[in-house]
Amino acid sequence: MQLVVDPVRHTTSPLVTGGSVIGIKCSDGVVIAADTLASYGSLARFQNFSRLLKVTDSCLLGGGGEISDFQEIQRLLENLTTQDFCFNDEHKKSPRSLHQYLGRVLYAQRSRLNPFWNSLIVGGYVQSQSFLGMVDLYGTTFESEVLASGFGVLLGLPLLRKAYRPDLTVQEGIKIVEEVYRVLFYRDARSINRIQVATATVDGVTISEPYSLETKWDFKGFVNPRSTYDESTW
Amino acid sequence: MFYSLSTLLIPKILESHTEIKLYILHSHFLFYTHTHTHIYIYIYMASIGTGYDLSATTFSPDGRVFQVEYAQKAADSSGLTLGMCCKDGVVLAVEKVLLSKMLLKESGRRVHLIDQHAILAVAGMGPDGRQLATRARQECEQYRNIFRMPMPAHLLAERIAGYVHVHSLYWHVRPFGCTILIGTWDGKQGPALYMIDPSGTFYRYYGCAAGKGKQGAKTGLEKLDFHQLSCEDALFELAKLINAAHDESKDKPYEMEMIWIKRDLGKASLVPPNLIETVRQRAEQLAREEEMAD
Repeated sequence: MQLVVDPVRHTTSPLVTGGSVIGIKCSDGVVIAADTLASYGSLARFQNFSRLLKVTDSCLLGGGGEISDFQEIQRLLENLTTQDFCFNDEHKKSPRSLHQYLGRVLYAQRSRLNPFWNSLIVGGYVQSQSFLGMVDLYGTTFESEVLASGFGVLLGLPLLRKAYRPDLTVQEGIKIVEEVYRVLFYRDARSINRIQVATATVDGVTISEPYSLETKWDFKGFVNPRSTYDESTW
Repeated sequence: MFYSLSTLLIPKILESHTEIKLYILHSHFLFYTHTHTHIYIYIYMASIGTGYDLSATTFSPDGRVFQVEYAQKAADSSGLTLGMCCKDGVVLAVEKVLLSKMLLKESGRRVHLIDQHAILAVAGMGPDGRQLATRARQECEQYRNIFRMPMPAHLLAERIAGYVHVHSLYWHVRPFGCTILIGTWDGKQGPALYMIDPSGTFYRYYGCAAGKGKQGAKTGLEKLDFHQLSCEDALFELAKLINAAHDESKDKPYEMEMIWIKRDLGKASLVPPNLIETVRQRAEQLAREEEMAD
């Protein structure tokens, strides 16, 4: 008889996952983008899945990681905003409050050894102030001018940091984010060249329809590879 | 204590209420109660409903449940509450009687938002109504959590009516002292208006009324054509009915509260105060003119 029982493992690995989410703070708002892929392991299972969410008129959320956990978080936020609606006191949750709320939710889950397997980026624009914050699956919360999750941390962050200026406009921010996604599509096997870009500005939150990025593959090394090994694009 | 009570108090009461003698002998409360006042209250109340109104669990011989009827009385003792189901939405209105001049405007509201698509108005005891509003919100949230869509009106009304109904089945709870009106807008089914009374009875209406002066208001409602009426027009009609039910010389001043759910707004909201003020003044003006004409 087995005397030592294995520890309970509620979540050991995510199943359906989303890739990188990128966020950048601008002087007149915030830009958050995500591609529209939900992978099943290495299979590009759902290719038109939106991972961006409008939470309030001034706050938006992008999520990577386990998609079902993201949907659960979406449900929690909907309940929260419905409650706010019923109070009818003109008060809406600020992006900062929602960021903190998600931090508490994800921390509580990981403390039960059953984390929400997500990295979330919260952005918003309230009273002429941009907000950009991140929550990881441990419940760690932090803020930054540029944020990336997943593979984007490795490939996107250096580009974002290089491109960042405090006086960036949202229009410039969108261009930068598109460039980052192009790089990610070239290098990250769990990505797709179809993205959505969301902005929070003084005009409220807008989430674009999904659109494809133009990509270029006819590099000399690709077209005429001399050998399998010496033309590594790294 | 019990000793002195049985020797002093009871014989006295029995003399004047001989009818209820049997009841007192049967009542097990008698043996558990230790103060004069309690016993006295039991006996006193019993004399009204001939003993069948102590608990909502007991029918009277002619098939009535007195506790529930008393609750309905409580519901009808408050200001007039009206609902209209129009072609493009639902409007609910309440005549909120102001018990003190020191009350802040818009406090102690009797109209409540339940969900993006549902509204509720209370006639009767405000706290009881608030409890039902909270319950209705929970029901809507639960439905959303499971089915990811707004709760259909008939289900919401049925759930709340069921909740009200179970409060008329047990001796350890008090029935709700309020009648509530529930309005919803559903993208598929359009507008719906339900009224639930303290017994848990509920019906769907074109127009309905509860509270003081409901009879007169019902007569007024029956004259309207709800297939043609828009929410905007309904505001004025509601203001007229409430104004008509109110006797300025006799009744306390009141605040008019209105809440609606309309197709073009997409979600429920309180009617803006300035709009309510406008229709109220128009209604009062009209009433004055009619008085002059007479």
